[in-house]
This record gives sequence, C-alpha cells and structure tokens, in this order.
Amino acid sequence: MQESFAAALASWPDKGIPENPAAWITTTAHRKLIDAVRKEKTRHEKQDSLRYEIDRAGRNEDADLDEAAMHFPDDRLRLIFTCCHPALNSEAQVALTLRTLGGLSTPEIAKAFLVPEATLAQRLVRAKRKIQDARIPYEVPPPDRLPERLAATQAVIYLIFNEGYSATTGSSLVRNDLCAEAIRLARVLCDLLPQEAENIGLLALMLLQDSRRNARVIDGALVTLEEQDRSLWDRVQIAEGLTLVERALRLGPVGPYQLQAAIAALHAQAQTAQETDWRQIAALYAKLLELNPSPVIALNGAVAVAMSAGIDEGLKEIDELGHTGSLDHYYLFHAARADLLRRLNRYRDAAEAYERAVNIATNGIELEFLKRRLLEMKSH
Amino acid sequence: MRYMMLIYSIEDPNGLAPEEKKQVWEAHSRVMQEAGRKGVLRGAEPLSPTTTATTVRVQDGKTLVTDGPFAETKEQLAGYYIIDCENLDEAIEWAAKIPTACKGGGGCIEVRPMPGLPARPQPDAVADHAAILNG
Repeated sequence: MQESFAAALASWPDKGIPENPAAWITTTAHRKLIDAVRKEKTRHEKQDSLRYEIDRAGRNEDADLDEAAMHFPDDRLRLIFTCCHPALNSEAQVALTLRTLGGLSTPEIAKAFLVPEATLAQRLVRAKRKIQDARIPYEVPPPDRLPERLAATQAVIYLIFNEGYSATTGSSLVRNDLCAEAIRLARVLCDLLPQEAENIGLLALMLLQDSRRNARVIDGALVTLEEQDRSLWDRVQIAEGLTLVERALRLGPVGPYQLQAAIAALHAQAQTAQETDWRQIAALYAKLLELNPSPVIALNGAVAVAMSAGIDEGLKEIDELGHTGSLDHYYLFHAARADLLRRLNRYRDAAEAYERAVNIATNGIELEFLKRRLLEMKSH
Repeated sequence: MRYMMLIYSIEDPNGLAPEEKKQVWEAHSRVMQEAGRKGVLRGAEPLSPTTTATTVRVQDGKTLVTDGPFAETKEQLAGYYIIDCENLDEAIEWAAKIPTACKGGGGCIEVRPMPGLPARPQPDAVADHAAILNG
C-alpha cells in the first residue's frame, strides 16, 4: 500500500489534478451509460411520471418513492442527481436524498437530524414543490455539467455521513444509521458510475472512518484516535476500504476524497498509534491543500507536521494559521493548539486554549472531553 | 415555460469603461440573437439606474412616494430577460450567458418561473387579464 501511495504521489504532475475534470467522463462513456440501461419511454413521460409520484407523495407522506429507485439504474441515477440539484438548498437535498434513495422513513430522518417530524415533513414538501414549480428536470446532467453535479451529489452524501459521524449537537457522538445510509448511497453511486475515482474514494473514506465507530466512544466518553483500542476497529470494513483506495488511486485522476481516504488508510494500517506513518500523512495533506486550500485542511496538515517533524514545527504552522483569524470560531483549532501545547507541557497556555475550545464546542461528548483536558491542565 | 431572468448589478456611478461597455452589450446582443433564433425570446429590456427610481406605497389610504428603490442593496435590479425554456437547467444555461456588469459591477441573475395566469374560466377580472396576456 505504501508503494502505491509513493508511486501515485510521484506520478502526479507538479501542478496537481487537471484543471478541467470534464475529461473524467468522455462523451462516449456518457453515451454508453445512457444506452446501457433498459429501453426507455420518452423524457417527457418520465418527467410526468416523476411529477405524478411527487404529487402522490405530496398528498401522502408514506407513498413509496423508493419503488422507482429500486427497479432501474437509470431511474436511480436520475433520482440522485435530481435530489442533489444545486437549486435545492442543502437541507432539502439531504432530506430528499434520504427519503427517496435512502432506506429511512420521514420519522427516522427527523430523529437522526434531531428535528421535529413536522419540520422534516415540511422540508420535503417544500423541496418537492420547488422541483415541480421551477421545473427541475428529472435527468442525468449532460457531460459538460456532470463533474460539478457529481461533486454536489458526493457532497450531499458526505454531509449525511458527517452528520452521523460527529453530530454537531446532542449528547451522542455517532449516529450509526446515518453513516450506514451514506455508505449505502455511495455504493449506489459507485454502481451507477463505476469509472469515477472520486466516487470510489468517497466510499473508501467513509468505510475507513466508520470502521472506528466502536472505539470512538467508550462509556459515553470520547476516545481520541491515538488512544483508541484498535482491536475494536472493524477489520472487514478496513479491508474493503483499503482495496477501494488502491482501486481509486489507480483509476485516477486524483481528487480530495481519494486523498482523505488515503490518509484514513494510513491510520487504519498502523497496528499501534506509534507506528502511524505521519510523514506520508503530512505529504498527503500537503497535496490535499493544493486541491482545496481550506484553513481546516491546513489545520489538519499542521497536526500531521507536528506528529512527524516535531511539535514545535506543527505549533509554528498552527500559530501562523491563527494569525489569519479564519479559524477563530472553529473549536477544533483551539483544541488542536491546546493538544500540542499540552504535549510540550505548557500547561497554562494549553489551559487557555482548551478554555476557548470549551466555549465554542457544541457536541456534549466532545465538550466533556475538552473539559476533562482543561481540568488536567489546571491541576498542574 | 417562461422564466424571467432578473439581472442584478452593482451600480457604479462612474459606469463602465468604454471597452467594458462594448463587451457587455456584445454579450447581451449574442444572447438576444441566439434566443431569437431559437424562437424562445419573449422579452429583454434594460432598466434605468436606481437613481431614477421612485417607490410608491399605499398605507392607510395615503399614497406615500419616496425617492429611490424599495430597498438599498449592494446589487440592484438592472434589467430582465424572459425566455421560454423546457426546464430549470435550460434556464440556468441561458442565465449563465447573460452579463451582469451592466451597471458597473458584476452581480447575479435571479431565475424565476413565470407560471402564467390561469386560462380556466374564472368569474372575475383575472380571466380578462389572462385573455389579454395570453393573446
């Protein structure tokens, strides 16, 4: 696996991924995709049948749109792109995708997102209304639009996963049902568009992150990656994740999900925290930063630098990030800074940073963890 | 279905430089010609800038007239197109071609469906209006 990463890193041109990802799907491939499905009625008929379904579903919340989703790959592909259309807001995309393609009922989705059922139902009604009134088409986007629409779809799926993986509010940290749904949806996307490296990368990333679910929270308390009992990791999922990462990287072109999956793979392969190949991880973060210059990624990269090149190095990078001010309201920035200060035994500075993190964090379990660390620092 | 593309532009009192102005109008011209050729253009007009706007409100039977647009926003309504499209994606394609720097600084296009007035017989003035507009 190390060789694949090294080879991939070496072979990527210095400029990074190609500017125009439209080359991913050639016109031929796109045509093949459409031709490969069963003989279809005209587009208008399909559109009418979807409108009919939307009407029916609008009148009766439990109407089974899943039926359309089950039967034909072309329908499922169209549904995914329609549910994730950028003209719908993020909440609507998530609700609609889970309702029409996911295996969850309206009450289940409401519970997973900690909103009243009536609110979720309203969200669905408004989304379907928008599709109808603005005439969002029931279509697979044309080749020149496919890359950005695919990215939007992947983003919705990953959003669902993250909601389950690290709930922003509430007392539990992991909502397994959402993670499982997101993984299922990613599998569907992979089935439908198997030549898309980022689809495979996304699935791999989620499988690898999810493989740690049983080790992350013990007796209601958060356990960091470093301290987790790795025997509790789901090895079957890890095996699948590792295979998929390799497949994606070989397929190319490289993209952010694949890189994140590669990082998760390096963690998964380390038998103990001490054996983690932080140097490779830092290199991968650097590549990721090229594609996606976000301060959050820079933060993660700085942590990797701290673990590979030395805490002082990492702290220097984090403090530079701090000067931009863009991460001031991001509790993980303060938590990461606090953690590095803690490792340097700078207890007072660490306490100050943990304090700031505590003031911003919203998840109950993470808050408890940060408060514990704060107490530890204050006890010195 | 017809969609109205509302052009929102940042108003610069200095207006556009001659070269930029030329580019903007050429882009508009291209869109109008293409839409015209395809038989889907239903209207397209610029609006005079908000310095010429007047807002009328009727409250408690009194007509209140004030100088300026109804809201002071960074981007202001600068003009519109009406194009007949199959669906929203087609409308979006058109909107992406329409320049938004008409009044000085780039802005955005709001795309709104025009559902039309009901053609069904109605026992009031709505039916007359539908008849007038629907031709």
